[in-house]
Amino acid sequence: MEMSHEFTLVLAKSFGLFYLIALSIGITAYAFWPSLGNRFDTAAKSILDDEDGPCR
Amino acid sequence: MTQLKSGERQLAMILSGLVLLAGFLLAAAGHGDPMGVHGWIVVLFAAVILVVAMRALDDPEPTEDRTMSYYDDPTKVGIVIALLWAVVGMGMGVWVAAQLAWPDLRFDAAWSSFGRIRPVHTSGVIFGFGGNALIATSFHVMQRTSRARLAGQVSPWFVLLGFNLFCIVAASGYIMGVTQSKEYAEPEWYADIWLVIVWVVYFILYMRTLARRNEPHIYVANWYYMSFILVVAILHIVNNLAVPASWGGAKSYSLFSGVQDAMTQWWYGHNAVAFFLTTGFLGMLYYFLPKRAERPIYSYRLSILSFWGIVFFYIWVGSHHLHYTALPQWVQTLGMTFSVMLLIPSWASAGNALMTLNGAWGKVRDDATLRFMMVAAVFYGLSTFEGSFMAVRAVNSLSHYTDWTVGHVHAGAMGWVALITFGSIYALTPVLWRKKTMYSWKLVEWHFWLALSGTVIYVFAMWNSGITQGLMWRTYTESGTLAYSFTDTLVAMHPYYIARAAGGALFLAGAVLALYNVVMTIRRVPDHAPHLDYPTNSEAAEPAVPAGE
Repeated sequence: MEMSHEFTLVLAKSFGLFYLIALSIGITAYAFWPSLGNRFDTAAKSILDDEDGPCR
Repeated sequence: MTQLKSGERQLAMILSGLVLLAGFLLAAAGHGDPMGVHGWIVVLFAAVILVVAMRALDDPEPTEDRTMSYYDDPTKVGIVIALLWAVVGMGMGVWVAAQLAWPDLRFDAAWSSFGRIRPVHTSGVIFGFGGNALIATSFHVMQRTSRARLAGQVSPWFVLLGFNLFCIVAASGYIMGVTQSKEYAEPEWYADIWLVIVWVVYFILYMRTLARRNEPHIYVANWYYMSFILVVAILHIVNNLAVPASWGGAKSYSLFSGVQDAMTQWWYGHNAVAFFLTTGFLGMLYYFLPKRAERPIYSYRLSILSFWGIVFFYIWVGSHHLHYTALPQWVQTLGMTFSVMLLIPSWASAGNALMTLNGAWGKVRDDATLRFMMVAAVFYGLSTFEGSFMAVRAVNSLSHYTDWTVGHVHAGAMGWVALITFGSIYALTPVLWRKKTMYSWKLVEWHFWLALSGTVIYVFAMWNSGITQGLMWRTYTESGTLAYSFTDTLVAMHPYYIARAAGGALFLAGAVLALYNVVMTIRRVPDHAPHLDYPTNSEAAEPAVPAGE
């Protein structure tokens, strides 16, 4: 298949459009997924006290 | 060196030996060309490291268990180097600014002409100061947030020193007139290849450290740092695709030509702003601001959303640099639209930072370090708004090619990037060197006000100058000819150029204070054994935190 201007245009307007819409929906869903709230809170708090060395 | 095992010292020796050989090769192939001079610079740089490694070769092996502590030595060195570059880069900036006001300050030498020392200024502050600060803080942040030691003893040094070798080759090249004429991507092909090697090692190091993490979730600051490393690699490689004119000289020809070349360059150029000067520093903001304020980030969910927003939108905006050019109209419109949309995630980040401080304003008032970060977030909000606005084609018709653009860049670079970096450095220095406090809080306070007044003077001077310039260029007489000659506009700019140099000088004075303060903290402030618990080893029976707390 030849990578012509027309071909890339069709690709961008079809696949590209829907893949980016899917990506943004996916990210929003991830960011606001209710059950992930605890994990996010823990992560946000965990940095406040982290000078005690690696856990190994 | 004392922390390195003998095998690692040998590896360091071999690596510096290889770089030394490469330097000789460059010097031999580029004999009689600036490339040859670069070869000798590389030889000298590698020789110094080789000697250091060789002298330490027979030192005793490190005795303490290295897995029990973070590896902070590269971060420490990186912070000091960053501050040295800040003084050099900003000093060059003040000189360049002064040359615009008083052209005699060129002193009639070729190497000191505007076109040569201006890139020394831009590369010095962006790559030298910004880049070293990013590398150093990323080492710090990735270890803390992952609760894991750096994955490697030699590779962090390779990244840090290798990157600085690139910076030195770049800056010395500009002075000799070596440039591929691409803004922010001036270094020639051999320097570019070297940076790719360094950057790939950096990326692998980051991934390997993250893979060792003891936290289930990767903290959002790491996402920002990762995007910085990954995207800068992509941008650098694509924009610097070029064919050397010969193997024996510092001259190459870009693979792209005409409008494609311009588009590739500004796709690179604006994403250098995005992924070098924004996402990496947002990583700093998302780590050091909550840490300093001792409050978790206001909304972690929002930080994730704005991360993806910034990554997704920024990639498309480069074409707003090419309004009213041969670039197809739809590409210009695309860049403009995405630039306007970019305001949403940018303000989400700035708002998130300020909301985190909501309820801790007392701390912001008392603590200049936190104030640095707060003002940085405000300037981030202001300059992203300004940027979106300037990307609109109608506004751009006035602002483009004028000093307004320069003012906008410096609102971002001084107000946002430099202030967040200085704030982070002041927060980091006592922690890193295990000191009770900074050497002088008064000097931090002085630095803050010098930096802020310098930025404000600079930005206002350039706004006035830029808009005046833009309006003068487009003013026509009744008979349809231009009302002002180019020289008329230069005369009108003169007072603003003096003000700009003065603002820059204030900012430079602040950076000098920062370097002095950090060095004195390392040398003079008594050590502080932190009241910390044992690392929470999963096999340890005792709880990490005393039960009473």
